[in-house]
Amino acid sequence: MRVMAQMSMVMNLDKCIGCHTCSVTCKQAWTNRSGVEYVWFNNVESRPGQGYPRTYQNQDRWQGGWTRTRTGRLKPRAGGRIKKLFSIFANPKLPAMADYYEPWTYDYEHLLTAPAGDDTPVARPKSLLTGEDTKVTWSANWDDSLAGGNEIAAGDPVLQQLSEQVRQEYEKAFLFFLPRICEHCLNPSCAASCPSGAIYKRAEDGIVLVDQDRCRGWRMCVTGCPYKKIYFNHRTGKAEKCTFCFPRIEIGQPTICSETCVGRLRYIGLMLYDADAVGKAAAVKDEHELFAAQKSVFLDPNDPAVIAAARAADIPDDWIAAAQRSPIWDLIMKYEVALPLHPEYRTMPMVWYIPPLSPVVDILRETGHDGEDVGNLFGAVDALRIPVDYLAGLFTAGDPAPVTAVLQRLAAMRAYQRRINLGEDRDESIAAAVGMTGAQMDDMYRLLAIAKYEERYVIPAAHAEDAHRLEQLGTECSLEYDGGPGMGGSGPFGESSGVPAPISIENFHMLRNRQTADSVAAPDDKETRVNLLNWDGKGRPEGLFPPRKDGGER
Amino acid sequence: MNVLLWVVFPYLSIAVLVGGLIWRYRYDKFGWTTRSSQLYESAVLRWGSPMFHFGVLMVLIGHVGGLVIPKSWTEAVGITEHTYHLMAVFVGTVAGFCTLIGMAILIARRRLTGPVFAATTKNDKAMYVVLAAVIVLGLWATLRANVAGDGYDYRETVSPWFRSLFYLSPDPEIMPGVPIGFRIHVLAAFALFAFWPFTRLVHAFSAPVGYLTRPYVPYRSRDPRPGLRASRPGWEGPPKLPTRPGRDRG
Repeated sequence: MRVMAQMSMVMNLDKCIGCHTCSVTCKQAWTNRSGVEYVWFNNVESRPGQGYPRTYQNQDRWQGGWTRTRTGRLKPRAGGRIKKLFSIFANPKLPAMADYYEPWTYDYEHLLTAPAGDDTPVARPKSLLTGEDTKVTWSANWDDSLAGGNEIAAGDPVLQQLSEQVRQEYEKAFLFFLPRICEHCLNPSCAASCPSGAIYKRAEDGIVLVDQDRCRGWRMCVTGCPYKKIYFNHRTGKAEKCTFCFPRIEIGQPTICSETCVGRLRYIGLMLYDADAVGKAAAVKDEHELFAAQKSVFLDPNDPAVIAAARAADIPDDWIAAAQRSPIWDLIMKYEVALPLHPEYRTMPMVWYIPPLSPVVDILRETGHDGEDVGNLFGAVDALRIPVDYLAGLFTAGDPAPVTAVLQRLAAMRAYQRRINLGEDRDESIAAAVGMTGAQMDDMYRLLAIAKYEERYVIPAAHAEDAHRLEQLGTECSLEYDGGPGMGGSGPFGESSGVPAPISIENFHMLRNRQTADSVAAPDDKETRVNLLNWDGKGRPEGLFPPRKDGGER
Repeated sequence: MNVLLWVVFPYLSIAVLVGGLIWRYRYDKFGWTTRSSQLYESAVLRWGSPMFHFGVLMVLIGHVGGLVIPKSWTEAVGITEHTYHLMAVFVGTVAGFCTLIGMAILIARRRLTGPVFAATTKNDKAMYVVLAAVIVLGLWATLRANVAGDGYDYRETVSPWFRSLFYLSPDPEIMPGVPIGFRIHVLAAFALFAFWPFTRLVHAFSAPVGYLTRPYVPYRSRDPRPGLRASRPGWEGPPKLPTRPGRDRG
């Protein structure tokens, strides 16, 4: 047993209203640069819908994820090492810009500079790739809330697996939103596809990252990821992906998408798992078994044997404590209401979802039934094959049984809590019908409905047990870093080229310049400038006033 | 002049190549990439890029065989000059034309596809000129020698000179006798080597052969960085006991 910790997320889809706040704040934080205009580390898709990039779930076409060979081993679906190297000069399965969308802006300047005329000037859309006029025909969220109707929704790869009749009824009846980030898989096929070895899984918290200094732009990871959550920056020629906001996570803050989620539907916490068991679990033969197999690699953080093994694996005690309080553990293993997205890709994703019950409730209500009566709900979950089959296509590789079980638990909780809300007696039989107790129902209700910030996000800060580095300036030579001694300034490849200087070094040089310079002003252009920050108000430093034209005394 | 062209210039080029690569690697790892334009345009690239790259790899193998392996060695294993020559000219010409056509496709694509052209830098354009010059000159020299004349055995002249560079006893006296086509090609090639570290061509030196042997999923530890614990803003005063749990901030 090799215990590793994984920072994970669960999203409660019943609460997602499709407001896209997560997408917008994520974009502002991470991808508002040129080269990644088309990139959304977090996006919210309408279901049914084609998703972003279009039809990414169709692995017959895009060849993402793993495939099980006849000998029972896993290899990337797009091909093993040799095939990858031979197709390195032109990746045959790379989504084109049109599958995402061509980024554009508007010619706003024209609104101000247009000559006076009879017509109101308009800002025409301009392509951000060529600068030419363009026609906006698609975007990351073009089919929001079933916009485009059946025509676009019918292209949903998950829907296409269902039967014709189910499909037509589904399109009439259901809609929910699916927010997506990188899954930070236990068995990441993007990392496996990277020829340079630039994509790695962080040993401490399992976050999957791209080393920008090692990425050589071979583009295989874009194909390798079945969720298409690795993007190619077309300006820098490097792959970029969701970072799980690791700078925030390291200091104990939730990701920006979670922090700003209006519906408070995201949960973040640790999962302990057995890294040695991952490979075998990901390679089980029957796709329907993958969901159970993934659960089998998770380790109970309250088990003394696991705690001992975790300590042996250098996992700090406060991390173990955080794993014990993890809402993720509760939602996946204790209440068993969370499901992984597309386990059939065999990547062991670690962003899980609580499937939405509301489509079922809605249809009951619309047909004049009591949408919160437990009998009605149970009957509907059983009878309404349509949403169950679709959800099974998303979350359990098509096996309806786990989805039904989750929906029944959610339905039972709804009915159980309604009785309390109405002042009626607690009905233990409702809880017992789904294999729970009334107290567990209350706990689950609390976690799903009213959990506070600290309960939804249980994030232990990262450890850096070398405090003396904090005092770098005083205790060690501050020029001792790779590429040093750096004197700041801009390199020959432009302003920000070269090795970035640590902030402490920048400050160090600024301070030293100020302390040792002969004059108070910057030496180069002291004729025209003076640093007012360290002028004490007395005297007239050279450069404070421009020189007299006649050259005389000032 | 001989010494300048056939001793100083090659050594200078090699020094710039090696030094430049080290400098670029230390200084600009972030810029070390293929800068692929496949995202903009895929259909033409699918033909042009493999044609060019596989062609140029074959050309590379041919050059290694012709320049590095002494003639006496191949003759020792029973390959006569005539056989070698036929083989080299045939395979070399096929590979050369593969490269040339691939490059023509790629350059045309670069010029004619809007987004690809917009992403082309001045450095790229200069690189294309030098690279194309080397390839065209090489093909031209070979064709001229074999179509107009009855072949030229560069393994008697150019190869010993090339190897002499690496024995550190350069022998510039051989080169003036070499046909002009070959001489220009060699000079252009060394110019390309000197330019190499400063272009996108550096990606050739990161050919990912390590992929064949490494495990599929790499794990790495977090970089040691100071200050990972939540830093408290200084204006909050001295540390206090933890606030009441359950306070809703979300």
